[in-house]
Amino acid sequence: MEIQEKVIKIVSDATKVDAGNIKADTNFIDDLNLDSLDMVEMMMKMEEEFGVEIPEDKTEDLKTINDVTNFLKDNAN
Amino acid sequence: MQTIYNDLNGKVVLVTGASRGIGKEIVLSLAAQKAHVVFNWRGDEDSAIALANELKEAGASDATPLYFDMTEYDKMKDELDRFTKEVAPISGLVNNAGISKDSLMMRVKPEEIQSILEVNLKATMVLTNTLSRNFLKAKEVSIVNMSSIVGLMGNLSQTVYAASKAGLIGYTKSVAKELASRKVRCNAICPGFIATKMTDELSEKAKESYLSAIPMGDFGETKDVAELTLFLLSQSSKYITGEVIKVDGGLYI
Repeated sequence: MEIQEKVIKIVSDATKVDAGNIKADTNFIDDLNLDSLDMVEMMMKMEEEFGVEIPEDKTEDLKTINDVTNFLKDNAN
Repeated sequence: MQTIYNDLNGKVVLVTGASRGIGKEIVLSLAAQKAHVVFNWRGDEDSAIALANELKEAGASDATPLYFDMTEYDKMKDELDRFTKEVAPISGLVNNAGISKDSLMMRVKPEEIQSILEVNLKATMVLTNTLSRNFLKAKEVSIVNMSSIVGLMGNLSQTVYAASKAGLIGYTKSVAKELASRKVRCNAICPGFIATKMTDELSEKAKESYLSAIPMGDFGETKDVAELTLFLLSQSSKYITGEVIKVDGGLYI
């Protein structure tokens, strides 16, 4: 499975939003109505799934599926 | 007679300031509930191991010392990260460590304000904040902050101590609000006059004067505080959060 596909699956599982409705430019806060705690939990799931550490101060920059996918690609072990 | 809370069996609970007084009573009571007791330690390793063994003998499912001083924040983070990753998530936290130095406000030195606020308030907040991610992963999380009756009613010669304990109440309520949606609970206990070594050493006259202010006519015991701590850590209090409970024999009504 591609990284982006995996990211969308994790987001879909956590938000119960159909994966078909989540696109590369879907924004976590504006489109999915996540609050800051939701974001922290989501990033923790990404960390577990991909084995990558996402620093707390980096979380603020990760606003869309694309942002997360690119971060994971750049920081993959 | 001690109530048995089945859900405390095996629960991983970190208690700060466990070496004496109320903290010691709390870890022993948790041991009797078969909890996995974790405590921070800043002295020598032998004494820490001795306490761990004492707790295991008292029934603890496990007992683990973590070696950090409350104000060594880097070491605190390292030890907590290591434990929560390698051993288990912490699902109970008792912020009990605190210091006091009584003096009239006109004699209080800035360094004293610094050290009392640092240990009683800042270190408690840093530790709890450090564990906040862990709390999102753990189940049935309960945080208990040891405030004091003087944080509610004030006390002469304890301006700084009282301010630090009042600060903990604001912190308790805010944490409760912030993490309530994740079922993480946070409550504060305000002990009144609890019998310890310190009260034993009071003169008869001083004792009488303190006792006359307590409607129930007696000092509390460390056990009275420990019992409430167990209740707040257990799921028996699962719908209680952001609450401040006095254990004071009616001293502040």
